[in-house]
Amino acid sequence: MTETTVDNGVNVAALLGARAALQETPEAAKFTWRATNTWVKDTHSKSKVEGFFGLGEEQETQRSFESDGDHPPQFAADNQGPTPVETVLVALGGCLTAGVAAVAQQRGIQLNSVTATIEGDHDIRGILGADADVRNGFTGVRVNYSIDADASPEDIEALVAQSQKRSAVFDILTNPTAVSVSVP
Amino acid sequence: MTTSVPSRRTTVAVIGAGHSGLAVSHRLSAEGIDHVVLERGQVAHSWRTQRWDSLRLLTPSWMNRLPGLDAPPLGPAEAEEFLTAAQVAALVAHYADVIAAPVHENVDVHHISPDPDGFLVETSAGPWSAEHVVLATGSVRGVVPALAAELPRGVPSVHAVDYRRPSQLPTGGVLVVGAAASGVQIAAELQASGRPVTLAVGEHVRVPRRYHGRDIFAWIEEAGILDERWDELDDITRARRLSSFQLVGGTSSLDLNTLQELGVRVVGKLAGLRDGTALFSGSLANMAALADLKANRLLNSIDQTFGGAGERLEPTRVPEPLLSLSLTSGEIGSVVWATGIKPDHGFLDADVFDHKGAIRHDGGVTDLPGLYVTGLPVLRRRRSTYIDGAREDSADLVAHLSERLATPTRRTAG
Repeated sequence: MTETTVDNGVNVAALLGARAALQETPEAAKFTWRATNTWVKDTHSKSKVEGFFGLGEEQETQRSFESDGDHPPQFAADNQGPTPVETVLVALGGCLTAGVAAVAQQRGIQLNSVTATIEGDHDIRGILGADADVRNGFTGVRVNYSIDADASPEDIEALVAQSQKRSAVFDILTNPTAVSVSVP
Repeated sequence: MTTSVPSRRTTVAVIGAGHSGLAVSHRLSAEGIDHVVLERGQVAHSWRTQRWDSLRLLTPSWMNRLPGLDAPPLGPAEAEEFLTAAQVAALVAHYADVIAAPVHENVDVHHISPDPDGFLVETSAGPWSAEHVVLATGSVRGVVPALAAELPRGVPSVHAVDYRRPSQLPTGGVLVVGAAASGVQIAAELQASGRPVTLAVGEHVRVPRRYHGRDIFAWIEEAGILDERWDELDDITRARRLSSFQLVGGTSSLDLNTLQELGVRVVGKLAGLRDGTALFSGSLANMAALADLKANRLLNSIDQTFGGAGERLEPTRVPEPLLSLSLTSGEIGSVVWATGIKPDHGFLDADVFDHKGAIRHDGGVTDLPGLYVTGLPVLRRRRSTYIDGAREDSADLVAHLSERLATPTRRTAG
């Protein structure tokens, strides 16, 4: 296996080029991601993602993505979309799998298939205010990867470990982040 | 201090009389190059003043080779003897004597700036004019994370460079932050002193002390790893940033498993301090997995080079996560920052620093002609991280400096 035959579709050269460039110009590395959220009715809301700030300026791109957030009937809701906590799991899986692909490309490992199951354990007494000692968020998150790749089990394990090490969402979930919410 | 025209001129001012500065001095003397070595305290100052009592070198004595020093001066040199800080200080002082280094002790360097003649070196003993400057001050500044400012009042804290012995800390629990060599060693010592230790662990480098009956450095040496050059490594920034091996001088391994057997509580990286509560990262399992994988990769590469297949490390036992810990409940009586050391080049007034405040250099040669730096991790090779790196690093840098001296136009280059 040589590096040139490996194609996971990730442009590693571009990513490495960006890393080198941003080491010299840290200001350009400061991004602000943005979503808008609009209430529809009951617990259903729609979120939209379009532009973002980065590389020193507002990036007006051709992108516009909508997603729904709601709760299932068990919460006496209309089931118009995944729950926000499931969306967090989606975000974690999307981030880690992107990392697996990028690291595999960088290390010359051809991926054949990558599947992850992401589970979050949640004691909902917290959000219901039923027990003040129970936190609102997850008590734990588990990710289980099933990966078929032209590599040893150890190399695959290292891929997944490195992906976690470089993952934004993994960091967001494992470390505290200051959050401010305002109403004008 | 007022700036006056220095009456003292020298071709090279070496700043710092540790092993690195002295090795440079020896090479300069061998080339007949006039120089001074300016030392803020005594020779081997940081070995006398910034090490805890029980510390031993991570590296065995055969790695204490210094240029111009033939026989090991400290009795029968056991190949796997690990010197104490006091023995290192004695070794370096002996070295300064043997090579007759022109050391000026108790000279504090206040300010160094380029000038038309090279450099103006202003010190507590007055100014020198130097054509070249070699910074050999080592890593003398204890680094604490920014969140240290949030530590509750009434919880004393000490950095590893100021830690001496357990009795310096109050009785009660200790939060040790950082699990490189200093963190794991201090954690073990504090736990043995009856102070229950909580050890906050981020990225770390696990290696077994011995493999196939030999010290790990013997294998690393024979595999050629210590000779890997700075300009050939994939990611030199990362190589230089990497924390020290999780090791203690001697024949026993000291890792998160052995620490837990001693009763140390292992938690994730200290990620925040909020309202008197320490918050630990949920990434401990991955940090342990990365370290285990990397350690086994090293052992695999040793096997591939020398044949055979040795035992693999027991995977790090990752305890049930503890994500927060009150620092005000009385359980934790003090904090030890084992969060790394960095150089302090604050006296240097020149445009040679990157945006993180570290000196820019290419294998010890800075952008400013005539200015060199040495004695830093992976300066020119992996060996540079250790005392043993001074031999070759000093030869390389003095060769560069000599060549510059032989170039008649050098004055205009500055």
